Amino acid sequence: MSWMAWTVPTAIFFAVIACLLVTFTILAIRSPETPRVGVLRIETTRGDRLFITLLGSAFINLAWLGLVSAPQWGALIVCLIYAAAVFRWV
Amino acid sequence: MEKTVNQKAWFLVLPVLLLVAFSAVIPLMTVVNYSVQDTFGNNVFFWAGLEWFTEVLESDRMWAALGRQLVFSGIILAIELPLGIFVALNMPKKGFWASVCLVLMALPLLIPWNVVGTIWQIFGRVDIGLLGHTLDAFGIDYNYTQGFIAAWATVIVMDVWHWTSLVALLAYAGLQSIPDAYYQAAKIDQASRWKVFRYIELPKMQGVLMIAILLRFMDSFMIYTEPFVVTGGGPGNSTTFLSIDLVKMALGQFDLGPAAASRSCTSW
Repeated sequence: MSWMAWTVPTAIFFAVIACLLVTFTILAIRSPETPRVGVLRIETTRGDRLFITLLGSAFINLAWLGLVSAPQWGALIVCLIYAAAVFRWV
Repeated sequence: MEKTVNQKAWFLVLPVLLLVAFSAVIPLMTVVNYSVQDTFGNNVFFWAGLEWFTEVLESDRMWAALGRQLVFSGIILAIELPLGIFVALNMPKKGFWASVCLVLMALPLLIPWNVVGTIWQIFGRVDIGLLGHTLDAFGIDYNYTQGFIAAWATVIVMDVWHWTSLVALLAYAGLQSIPDAYYQAAKIDQASRWKVFRYIELPKMQGVLMIAILLRFMDSFMIYTEPFVVTGGGPGNSTTFLSIDLVKMALGQFDLGPAAASRSCTSW
């Protein structure tokens, strides 16, 4: 595994994503859902909303890094608000 | 009676899972790991944090490559899509010639990327290439190794030659699936050719055209081999698209960190 050049932060990053995927899989098995249509006018399931959240979070982090001169954890707060909004309205 | 539940079929997905893990997921994770570190080789890494990301976001080089990439993808989509639909509309619907057309259309798709590059590299040469020689004979100054416009024209025409068939074949498949009843109804209503296209054919092709746009956009966004073989990213940096820039950065300069960071940014 040393060739993959792991670091603690990146390991945590991927572990969190893996945990999210496992959690959402268990959720999908335990309580199946019907897709719904939100503000984007497309049918989404929980998994789709997670994907939209992660994708958007990447851009939020990049924008924060490029445009805002504040510590990066600020972007995490924005991402959490964004995630809540996505899961509520998309 | 209760339904039997048997989920064993999921094991059949395992080979694909392994394949994707080794060809995409693990390399991508490694790229993310590289993007926060610096290295001078020998598998020794130093923590760099978000330094490369800041550098990439401020780098004119990356934005320029991204800009060129978007212009390239935009141009080839704007040409290949209408052209592909036009070709599909004019292909015979059935019979011997339909098969001949299908085979002919599929031919460019069978040629590997580097061979396509080599074909056009020789085809465009002024001394031995048919295209280059002919243009030269007409007095047109065409040299894809020196002229910016000639290089772009060559790369674009090459991509159009290679991939319009894909759009045409997809559009053709969409057209073939339209039942005759629609055309008969249009005939009774005396709809013009344009109206048949606009209100019957185009809406019915929507699904396959969406796939065509997505496929061509993604494929063109990671184009590497053809421009690498023909222009090598030149003249200057004029045809240095994202992938070419990335390879220059990662392998040419061995700047794994910045290369990984720029790829992490653009691959979203």
